Amino acid sequence: MSEKTEKTEPRLSVFKTYKLYVGGKFPRSESGRVYEVTDSKGKWLANAPRSSRKDARDAVVAARKAFGGWSGATAYNRGQILYRVAEMLEGRREQFVREVADAEGLTKPKAAAVVDATIDRWVWYAGWTDKIAQVTGGANPVAGPYFNLSSPEPTGVVAVLAPQESSFLGLVSVVAPVIATGNTAVVIASERSPLPALSLAEVLATSDVPGGVVNVLSGRTAEIAAPLAAHQDVNAIDLAGADEALAKELEIAAADNLKRVLRPQAVDYFETPGIERMTAFLETKTVWHPTGSLGASGSSY
Amino acid sequence: MASVFEYAPAPESRSVVDIAPSYGLFIDGEFAEAADGKVFKTVSPSTEEVLSEVAQAGEADVDRAVKAARKAFEKWSALPGSERAKFLFRIARIIQERSRELAVLETLDNGKPIKETRDADLPLVAAHFFYYAGWADKLDHAGFGANPRPLGVAGQVIPWNFPLLMLAWKIAPALATGNTVVLKPAETTPLSALFFADICRQAGLPKGVVNILPGYGDAGAALVAHPDVNKVAFTGSTAVGKEIARTVAGTRKKLTLELGGKGANIVFDDAPIDQAVEGIVTGIFFNQGQVCCAGSRLLVQESIQDELLDSLKRRLSTLRLGDPLDKNTDIGAINSAEQLARITALAERGEAEGAERWSPACELPGSGYWFAPTLFTNVTQAHTIARDEIFGPVLSVLTFRTPDEAVAKANNTQYGLSAGIWTEKGSRILAVANKLRAGVVWSNTFNKFDPTSPFGGYKESGFGREGGRHGLEAYLDV
Repeated sequence: MSEKTEKTEPRLSVFKTYKLYVGGKFPRSESGRVYEVTDSKGKWLANAPRSSRKDARDAVVAARKAFGGWSGATAYNRGQILYRVAEMLEGRREQFVREVADAEGLTKPKAAAVVDATIDRWVWYAGWTDKIAQVTGGANPVAGPYFNLSSPEPTGVVAVLAPQESSFLGLVSVVAPVIATGNTAVVIASERSPLPALSLAEVLATSDVPGGVVNVLSGRTAEIAAPLAAHQDVNAIDLAGADEALAKELEIAAADNLKRVLRPQAVDYFETPGIERMTAFLETKTVWHPTGSLGASGSSY
Repeated sequence: MASVFEYAPAPESRSVVDIAPSYGLFIDGEFAEAADGKVFKTVSPSTEEVLSEVAQAGEADVDRAVKAARKAFEKWSALPGSERAKFLFRIARIIQERSRELAVLETLDNGKPIKETRDADLPLVAAHFFYYAGWADKLDHAGFGANPRPLGVAGQVIPWNFPLLMLAWKIAPALATGNTVVLKPAETTPLSALFFADICRQAGLPKGVVNILPGYGDAGAALVAHPDVNKVAFTGSTAVGKEIARTVAGTRKKLTLELGGKGANIVFDDAPIDQAVEGIVTGIFFNQGQVCCAGSRLLVQESIQDELLDSLKRRLSTLRLGDPLDKNTDIGAINSAEQLARITALAERGEAEGAERWSPACELPGSGYWFAPTLFTNVTQAHTIARDEIFGPVLSVLTFRTPDEAVAKANNTQYGLSAGIWTEKGSRILAVANKLRAGVVWSNTFNKFDPTSPFGGYKESGFGREGGRHGLEAYLDV
C-alpha cells in the first residue's frame, strides 16, 4: 500500500528562507543576491540574503522613522518590551540552541549555555531602561538661583556591526544596550554566521518591539558598513564586528557628520557587562531654569 | 537714538599687568625658545598695538613637550588624589588672587570687555579649578567604577574666544584625574596661558605636568597626531573637529570635541518680554557673539514679533561699543582682522540674500577690529545667515506660529549645542526642552555656566561633555 511505502521513506524537511528584517517587515534583499551559509564543517545550512547599499539605506529610513516613538516611550514601557523579548526567546530556546550549535560549531550543551546567557542578557538590559537616567543624570548644584538638571537622551540611529565570532550572545550584547536607552538600530549580522540574527528578528517581530526599532541585515559586513558609516542620518556606529583596517576606514567616514563611534575592543560576552555600551550612545542634556530663590538670608519661616 | 546720559570714560588701569616684550614656550617647567627659533606677535584687537612677541611651537617642540608630559605622568598619576587636589586648590587660590591682573590681560589680548573678563571669565576659571580639585581624591565615588585610571598625556587645543576659561575647562579635570597636559592656546590669544604657566610655577606644580605651546594650527595638528598622546580634547570649529576625528581614527586615543553651534532662542507669546530681551542680548552679544553656544537664531512667535523687535532695538540702542578696558563697555573688539572679515562677509551675504539688516546708531573706533551689533529680519531657514555659524554679533530673526513649528525650526540645523526657551508656562518649557536636540537648554535665562554643570553638544556640535561629574569621564579610562 502506498501509505506503508511513505512511512519507510525519510521525511523531506522544509527549508527556511531566511530574509532581512527592515521596518518590521521581512523583505528579500533589494539586490536579489544571496550567499551560502555553512556550518563550521562546511556543510550547507541555508542561503542568507546578501544586502546591498540600498538595503542599508532603507534600514536607516526605517530606523529614523521609528526613533521618535521609541525614544518617546516611557522607560518602563521599553523595559516591558525588552523583557517580552526574553520571554519569546525562552519559548524558542531549542531552535536557537540548534542554530547556535550549527553556526559556531558548539556541542549542544555549550550552545545551550550560550542561549541561556543570551536570554539572561535581555533580562539584564530590560531592567536597565528605567535606571540608566538615575545613574548617569542628576541635579547640578550650580552657584546661583537656578534649577539645573542633566539627563541622558538617546543619540538617534545607531549602526551596529555585530561581533563576527559570537553570533548570538555577542549580537544581543551589542543590540540590547543600544535600544534599551531609546536608540534605534541598524544591525549587520555576523558575516559567517548570520542565521541566529535573522531568526532573532522573528522574535523581535513578535515581541511588541515596534517595527524599525531594530533592523537586521545580513551579507558582507564591509560592504554594508561603508554606506552606513558615511550616512548623514546615522548618528552613531558600533564597530564591534570590524577588523582593525575596516574599523579605521569606517571611523574616518564617520567623522563626516561626527558620528559617535564605539571602537572594537576585546570583550568576554559571558561576563556581566558594564554600562559603557549604553552610555556610548547617550547624549547628556542639561536644562537650566531660574528658581527665583533669594538665598539663605532672603527668606525666613 | 541720542543718548540721554553721556558717560565719562571709566578705564580699568593697565598697571596691574606687566607684559614682557617676549615669551617662550613652557616645556617641562621652563620657558624655552622654539626649536626653529620662530616667533609671532600678539596684538590687542581694540588698538592693533603689539603686546608681545611669543615663541611659535613647531613639530619638534610638540615632541619635546609630549616627552616631558610623559615623563611627568608617572609620578603625577601615582600621587595620592589628596595631594593632586591640594595642587589644584592652590592654583584656584592663586587665580583668585591674581584675577584682576588676568582679567586686564585677557581683555588686552582678546578684545572682550573688562566687565566680562572680570565678572564672568575669571570667577569661572577659579571655580573650575576649585570644583575639580575636590574630585581628585574622590574619583572612586564618581560613578565610573572603583579606582578609575587616568589616560596618560592629554593633548589639548583651545580657541581664542575664552582663552583662560577654555584652559581651565581642559586642564582642571585632566590634572584632577591624574593626567598630564600639553596645551596649545590659539595664535591670537596666547598670553593668559603663558601667565597660567607662571601660576603653575608659583603653585609648585611638578615640572612637565602642564606644558604650554603657543602656536598655529600646524602645532595643534602635530599635537593631535603625536603617537604618544593618549587623549585629545579640542574646542573650536566643526571643520577642524572633523579633521581631528579623522586623524585619531584607528588609534586608541580618546577624543572629545566641543564645536560650533547655531543656537535657537525661542520666545513664546506669553514670555516676559523685558527679560527675554535681556536674554537675547546676552545670548548673541556677549563676547561680541564669539561664543559657540550663542543664541544666534531668534525664533519669535509671530503674534509678538513687532513688540519684541521694538523692545530689542530699543535695548540695542543703549549698548555701548568701544574701549574694552572701559568698565562701561558692553561690546568690545572682534578678536582678529581675519574674524572681522569672516563676519563682514557673512553679514553681506545675508543682505545679498534678501534679509533686512539693522544696527543701532553706532560709531566704530578708528583703529582695531570692530563690528556693530547687527540684527537681520525677514530671515528664512534657507538663508546662509540662518544656517552657518557667524561667530560674531549678528542675530537672525525668524518667526513661528506653533510650538511644534518652533521645535522643528530650532532642530533644523547640523548643530546641537544650545537653545533657549522663553515662556511663563512650565509645562511648555519642559515639553519643548524635551524635544530640542541640544546639549544645553536655558529656560527663561541664557548663557549661564557653572563648573558643576556638564556642557557639550549633540550632532555636529561635537561629543563628550565638559564640566560637572560628566566632565571627568573624558579623562578617565572608562
